[in-house]
Amino acid sequence: MAFGLLGIEELTRAEVESILQRARFFQPLQMQPFKKLDTLRGKMIVNLFFEASTRTRTSFEIAAKRLGADTVSITASGSSVSKGESLVDTLNTLAAMHPDAIVMRHAASGAPHFLARHLAIPIVNAGDGTHEHPTQALLDALTILDRRDALEGLRVAIIGDIAHSRVARSNVHLLSKFGADIVLCGPATVLPAELAQIAAGVSLTNDIREAIAGADVIMMLRVQLERQHDPPLSAGEYFQFYGLRLEHMALAKSDAIVMHPGPINRGRELSSEVADFQRSVILNQVENGVAVRMAVLERIVGEQANGAH
Amino acid sequence: MSSLLIKNGRVIDPASGLDGPADVLIEDGFIQGVGRGLDRAGAVVFDAAGLVVAPGFIDMHVHLREPGIEHSETIETGARAAAAGGFTSICCMPNTVPVNDNATVTSYIIERARQCAAVNVFPIGAITKNSEGEALAAIGSMKNAGIVAISDDGRPVMNARVMRRAMQIARSFDLPVIDHCEDLNLSAGGDMHEGVPSTRMGLRGIPASSEDVMVARDILLAESTGARFHVAHISSCHSLNMVKFAKQQGLSVTCEATPHHFALSDADITAYDSSYKMKPPLRTECDVAAVIDGIVSGTVDAIATDHAPHPGSEKMQEFEKCPFGITGLETALGLSLEKLYHTGKISLRRLIELFTTGPAGVLGLERGRLAVGAPGDVTIFDTESAWTYDVNRSFSKSKNSPFHGRHFRGGPVATIVAGAIVWRQDTVGT
Repeated sequence: MAFGLLGIEELTRAEVESILQRARFFQPLQMQPFKKLDTLRGKMIVNLFFEASTRTRTSFEIAAKRLGADTVSITASGSSVSKGESLVDTLNTLAAMHPDAIVMRHAASGAPHFLARHLAIPIVNAGDGTHEHPTQALLDALTILDRRDALEGLRVAIIGDIAHSRVARSNVHLLSKFGADIVLCGPATVLPAELAQIAAGVSLTNDIREAIAGADVIMMLRVQLERQHDPPLSAGEYFQFYGLRLEHMALAKSDAIVMHPGPINRGRELSSEVADFQRSVILNQVENGVAVRMAVLERIVGEQANGAH
Repeated sequence: MSSLLIKNGRVIDPASGLDGPADVLIEDGFIQGVGRGLDRAGAVVFDAAGLVVAPGFIDMHVHLREPGIEHSETIETGARAAAAGGFTSICCMPNTVPVNDNATVTSYIIERARQCAAVNVFPIGAITKNSEGEALAAIGSMKNAGIVAISDDGRPVMNARVMRRAMQIARSFDLPVIDHCEDLNLSAGGDMHEGVPSTRMGLRGIPASSEDVMVARDILLAESTGARFHVAHISSCHSLNMVKFAKQQGLSVTCEATPHHFALSDADITAYDSSYKMKPPLRTECDVAAVIDGIVSGTVDAIATDHAPHPGSEKMQEFEKCPFGITGLETALGLSLEKLYHTGKISLRRLIELFTTGPAGVLGLERGRLAVGAPGDVTIFDTESAWTYDVNRSFSKSKNSPFHGRHFRGGPVATIVAGAIVWRQDTVGT
């Protein structure tokens, strides 16, 4: 793997497999009464969140702590960013304290990529704007593989505001590397035709029923209220045409699973019944988040310790 | 009496059709003779053996940032960068602070240039007051003070009624109207061309239609007003087709293309590197091919750089926060040779036209030719020497260029303004 983890797009299939395999090793640990290892003892990981986040930030923090690392979490509102410091200066300041990795989330696409070019410290992308959210795709893959033998040949429908979704982009890249059949669905305003060209095996539809037909996996995306500059549909119309309801499940494969990166908006992108549906694996995704992030941090910080960069 | 004799070069003067070995004699700032075996006692001799001797290059689209934004560029530093790029004349856009929307600012720029600029500086005045797109600027008085065109470059006039009136006034004062064609509603929030790369990078797109609808609007207004309309930095296939059509209809419609729009496409962008962020954005490979076709076929009248300096502090940010624009004066000729001449697309004569008679014709400048009595502005370049662009050695105050480290074949060797050598390459082949 390259220095740090900026996105799924640049990873090879073998690298993804290796992370998932290591994540499986960490899965049972989450159930044990004593959950802490000392793999990263003495290491310092900074969580730098310029955007609000509950589950991702907590998940990274727990993952780091279960590996024995020390963590510091910084949010933009309480930091020098709110005093007008530039992103480069903020990162340079943090880098001067020699943490072993910086986990960052930022509202601007490419912010971690830009910093990675100027800083000699591994950066883990915890979500950049509308670009990528690599650990989310990794935990989604792990969650699917908990229930399926392989990703290859699976029909995966991703439904919602695709254009503004970093979760969708990372999942598209990951699933494509494994030969899944990916159907992206949403109104045309958030489903640019160019999406079909960003990876192999991607098709587009504006019809949710067509997207769900024969699907093994249905990934619902959050309506990104904060990123839609001019929302094309009212909330009511959105749910009517692109919300997942229980009756849709009859169109999918009989053992199809429903996923959502959270936080869910009940009644906006999926009905409450679907959220609580027995084949909804939304909480399993959250659970797998810690195992996947342990695998990623171990790989990146461990690599750095071995001088692998 | 000062004399400069440029000997033994290959003189190419598109205006007269001359292309062959000849000498050029400049005395007291004006061309005194062009021909074989010229001699003049006491003249400084420049040996141009193996080099091309052309009329002084004109860049009709630069941003000098003075007055008001001197941390990015000044008239002095921008003019030096121009000289190092082989340009003897540059036209500066009015988006300074204050905006060049009245004769006082115009006169200030001309006076500053007279004091400190190595090359000729021709100001372009604003179309509207403060380039706000509403009330027209003092166009007539700026013309008297020395502007050569009007433009609200960077802040395009959105109101078609205002643009129509501006064209009527411009026609009355015999000035071309240069429009940065961009529908700000369509481009709002965009950071790069809307296409596969923007979708991949999760950056908001600027659709080609944001350029095209304004080119269409302005051509229609130019037809109804009879104004001379010039499209700045044309970048899209449809816009080129429309300009071609307008020319076929006999309208006074012209356009310029920048080197970056024929040298790079959106597929060449280093992800999230703001040295690739400008307006119009780098478009698709099809659009690049259309720009080159337009240059070959004559739809494009001039190559202009849109030299837009921004300091590192502003370009070293999240991509979406960075200002638009790149520097371009020092790489224009090298890129043109690489993409247009060495590829066999155009002749040297056509290339020189695009830097001389082309822009001079659009602006009505009595320059860009080597006729006896014309200003003694000469650009000397070679087509073969290998060199590498080092942006850190740029004469510009700003270093925002995507061409840092690029290897070139051929480039400027000496720049002569009114008979004085204002820039000369130290050593060929560095």
